[in-house]
Amino acid sequence: MNPFTYSSATAVEDAVRDNASHEGAAYIGGGTNILDLMKENVARPTHLVGLNKLPLTAIEPTPEGGLRLGALATNADTAWNEEVKRRYPLLNQAILAGASPQLRNMATNGGNLMQRTRCYYFYDTATPCNKREPGSGCGAIGGFNRIHAILGASEQCIATHPSDMCIALAALAATVRVSGPNGERAIPFEDFHRLPGNTPERDNNLEPGELITGLDLPAKGFEKNFSYLKLRDRNSYAFALVSVAAALELDGDTITDARLALGGVAHKPWRDQEAENLLKGQPATPETFARAAAKVVESAQGYGSNNFKIELARRAIVRALKQAAEGSQHASDVFLNSNP
Amino acid sequence: MSTTNYIGKPTSRVDGPAKVTGAATYAAEFHVPNMAYGWVVSSPIAKGRITKVHADEVLAIPGVLEVFSHENVPGLAWFDRNYKDDVAPGGSPFRPLHEDKIKFNQQPIALVVAETLELARYASSVLRIDYEEEAHETDIEAKRDEGFEPGRGKSGWMPPPPPRGNPDQAWEEAEHHIEHEYVHGAQHHNPMEMYGATVEWRGDKKLTVYDKTQGVVNVQNYLTKIFGLSKDDCRVINQYMGGGFGSGLRPQYSVFLAVLASLELKRSVRVTLTRQQMFSFGHRPHTLQYVKLGTNPDGTLAAIQHHALHETSQFEEYTENVVNWSGMLYQCENVKLGYQLAKLDVFTPQDMRAPGAATGSFALEVAMDEMAAAAGIDPIDFRIRNYAEEDQNAGKPFSSKRLRDCYHQGAAKFGWDQRNPQPRSMRKGNRLVGYGMAGGVWDATQKKAAAKATLTADGKLLVSSATADIGTGTYTIMTQIAAETLGLPLEAVTFKLGDTDMPEAPVQGGSWTAASVGSAVKSVCEAIGEKLLKLAQKMEGSPLKGASIDEVEFVNGQIRLRQDPDNAVVIRDVLQASGETKLETDTSATPNLLKQATHSMHSHNAVFVEVEVDEEFGTVHVTRVLNAVAAGRILNPKTARSQVLGSIVWGISMALMEETVMDHQFGRYMNHNYSEYHIPVQADINDIEVLFVEEEDDVVNPLGVKGVGEIGLLGVAAAITNAVYHATGKRVRDLPIYLDKLL
Ligand SMILES: Cc1cc2nc3c(=O)[nH]c(=O)nc-3n(C[C@H](O)[C@H](O)[C@H](O)COP(=O)(O)OP(=O)(O)OC[C@H]3O[C@@H](n4cnc5c(N)ncnc54)[C@H](O)[C@@H]3O)c2cc1C
Ligand code: SF4
Repeated sequence: MNPFTYSSATAVEDAVRDNASHEGAAYIGGGTNILDLMKENVARPTHLVGLNKLPLTAIEPTPEGGLRLGALATNADTAWNEEVKRRYPLLNQAILAGASPQLRNMATNGGNLMQRTRCYYFYDTATPCNKREPGSGCGAIGGFNRIHAILGASEQCIATHPSDMCIALAALAATVRVSGPNGERAIPFEDFHRLPGNTPERDNNLEPGELITGLDLPAKGFEKNFSYLKLRDRNSYAFALVSVAAALELDGDTITDARLALGGVAHKPWRDQEAENLLKGQPATPETFARAAAKVVESAQGYGSNNFKIELARRAIVRALKQAAEGSQHASDVFLNSNP
Repeated sequence: MSTTNYIGKPTSRVDGPAKVTGAATYAAEFHVPNMAYGWVVSSPIAKGRITKVHADEVLAIPGVLEVFSHENVPGLAWFDRNYKDDVAPGGSPFRPLHEDKIKFNQQPIALVVAETLELARYASSVLRIDYEEEAHETDIEAKRDEGFEPGRGKSGWMPPPPPRGNPDQAWEEAEHHIEHEYVHGAQHHNPMEMYGATVEWRGDKKLTVYDKTQGVVNVQNYLTKIFGLSKDDCRVINQYMGGGFGSGLRPQYSVFLAVLASLELKRSVRVTLTRQQMFSFGHRPHTLQYVKLGTNPDGTLAAIQHHALHETSQFEEYTENVVNWSGMLYQCENVKLGYQLAKLDVFTPQDMRAPGAATGSFALEVAMDEMAAAAGIDPIDFRIRNYAEEDQNAGKPFSSKRLRDCYHQGAAKFGWDQRNPQPRSMRKGNRLVGYGMAGGVWDATQKKAAAKATLTADGKLLVSSATADIGTGTYTIMTQIAAETLGLPLEAVTFKLGDTDMPEAPVQGGSWTAASVGSAVKSVCEAIGEKLLKLAQKMEGSPLKGASIDEVEFVNGQIRLRQDPDNAVVIRDVLQASGETKLETDTSATPNLLKQATHSMHSHNAVFVEVEVDEEFGTVHVTRVLNAVAAGRILNPKTARSQVLGSIVWGISMALMEETVMDHQFGRYMNHNYSEYHIPVQADINDIEVLFVEEEDDVVNPLGVKGVGEIGLLGVAAAITNAVYHATGKRVRDLPIYLDKLL
């Protein structure tokens, strides 16, 4: 860990200005990821801008009838917010499926979007990694890649984005609000994270110095028919091997609207609109679900230790859609419902 | 009837309050004045040579005191024997910072010492070191055909007994036979507390060393031999330990480096390791096992063959008893056992909870399940048909063995009769349900140990021994034994441990502490008792006059006549009347070899498991475990139960989660942290039940205890594997049972 300076901002403009005025500065929210990366010498910020005093912890209605989640609200406060539980139980379930209570108490919504991959090689400076050190090679391709991507990977990088929360946000089509040296902008969730391509060092489309200020959820919350299904190596405190956020709107047995996003399979939360289109207007049957699942994994590719994810993802999609159609999952303080 | 009867009663940890209030101080928490901090630099390559350490660059940073590496380490002891600790395996021990050679990945290659921890850590991150890399071999698969039989192993290791009967022919001719390979990867102990040492420089080469270790005496011997210190000048202390599991049996390089730096800088120094560095030393070795079993028409075993091959380092021959148990657990006339090592560019493996047996019982007990299925016999029935009435390896009867009762009582309590023998026949919704069982055997060992006792005029007893409490409950059971022996209230007894100024005790391992140190504590308290009786008899009008020690008992703070309990004197009065301020004595207890030579001494267990497996996802949930344990007399059912609970959790871990994954491209463990090296969390653990089938045994030791630190782990991974087979019809033979193995 290198020496660094620290300041704590109380206003968004100050935070952005402070960040811009230090070469190599970084923001710090809950610190549950960036501190680990600093200890491992993977992140070497010269200056940290503390965000926890920013007035961005509120969770409140938007004029459009949706809900705005402050970037500095903790993951725990967000999951247990009454409006989130009532209107966006899919988000509640996804957050509670992640990390541990202690981590969720510290982790912020902005930090969750920005958390970096858990690729073993990325964390270990003794091994090559194009994401950490562009051009050094990828240790995971041809190495131990059990937790790596099967969709949208590149020859440079096969890392996954590790978040659970973001999978629900992708399915719900949230909008990311940011503020930066060049002012404010809103980024549709699908355009926020990137595929690795030839620039695996870039996880997302945030410009240098930009600060996430909030997340806007649209009015539609799929509160009746949803499922967040997470498959992992232990029942808590483990990242998803494969996770599925499924949300349906039903008219009788007919699917009128559908959302489908996967975690643990790609460099970004993997929403598949083509598969969603295969669901819409169709009866909510196992056959329909299987067609959508087949579509999602159509272009999937394994890299050795993660080959199993292709079949696992296919099965998980079918199960999640089935659970969503049954309306068997509910918001709760304990993540139990969809734990297979 | 006596009321102060502590042995056998559930008693809460006497060290519990200190631990939960933070009053217990661990090795890396001792604050001494003017301390410097060392940070270990670990090798990023598996094999090669260091060509240059650019120490000058970091020494230029203000506050950096020294960079120790092979380039500047002073001449230390020369011979291997100086570096051999009390439990070292055969070979040439690793010497930190001794030479330019890199022998394993994450090898400590430099120690940066600075005024603050943060500075030492930063300086080590910018320290440039040049290497010449060489090709490494870390994959045991590549060494399958290069196994060799170890020479002299470490103490406690027994080469497999020679073959008996006609194992090859008997296997060929058996009515049913099976043969399979069983594998598990490397596993690391991962105690919660990281290794670390605080070395207090008391001037003039006098040191107090606070070190995380399972044996202060071992560390003292090691340090004094290497650094040429006298024992008086090198006191080693470790009163509490945040878990050991075998990782602290041998002195860790952290204490070596801290002492080195302290002596060179003439200053107090602390060195602690990171979680990642906890994967840089001993581990349960990656092991390949081959088992062949055959049965006769009556369901008895016609042949047992069990061969194991595991990794060791290039410099030491680590050995553990993997296959011997297979010649002892079941009655069989035709047995062949084989054991080999393969040298890899890794650090030497290290005993990890039930070393060897955890590995061997996994293979044997899964094979037994496969054999039972092939022969169409219920797995419990199969084991009972092949029950070993004597230890055929040794040709001796067991000192005690109630394994049969473990099978019967365990099966009844578990509800084994609800099991439909057909695989895939039981389900709950999406989940397939399976029942499995297995068991194991472990040594009951007593080692020489000493203890000291001091009884003061206020009626308080202090007992001490340089043993350890790695979380097992040593403090508590020793307090119970002392209170019981002298009939004192628990609160009047204090037990202290973990200090080389105390009477010598062996490292804490092998489940022998209760037997060894417990016997010493009993014996030293009996010696105090005899002294007390003599003094009591000198008291005016003593009702005990003329009574022999066997005619009195120590109960309720009194010495009284067994035959006539009303004739008693109060212990506190005895001391006061005698005018002595205290009674003090020390003794050591040694095993009664004469008695033991004619017996085989072992603990046994039988484990019953229920799993639910999601049919489509292969996720395994261990919904119920019952572990029936026969381990002699149980001193404290509460702490003993905790030991077995912990073992069961460990077994679940071994079966479903644990594996340190080596990337052979780099010869490096890649999941070297708590986030990716998985062990169970609360949500993975459901109902577990422990059943002690107590045994009376006056051969093992005067207390009749066999130890419970390890036996509980045996058979757990096998029982889960067997239950998964029963649930799914899929037989997994390589651990852990990740979900993808069941897809
Ligand atoms: C052992 C472990 C297990 C975990 N398991 C899971 C899991 O199963 N599922 C899961 O989803 N997550 C898991 N997590 C990750 C956890 O959710 C994230 O670490 C957390 O959400 C990050 O939030 P934070 O506020 O602590 O971020 P920080 O660590 O403070 O920051 C992370 C990154 O975000 C940047 N940043 C922070 N806030 C902002 C902002 N407002 N604008 C712009 N940039 C910002 C920082 O500069 C930094 O680069 C786990 C973490 C650990 C350590
Ligand atoms: S997968 Fe990506 S993050 Fe992992 S080693 Fe390769 S380049 Fe680095």
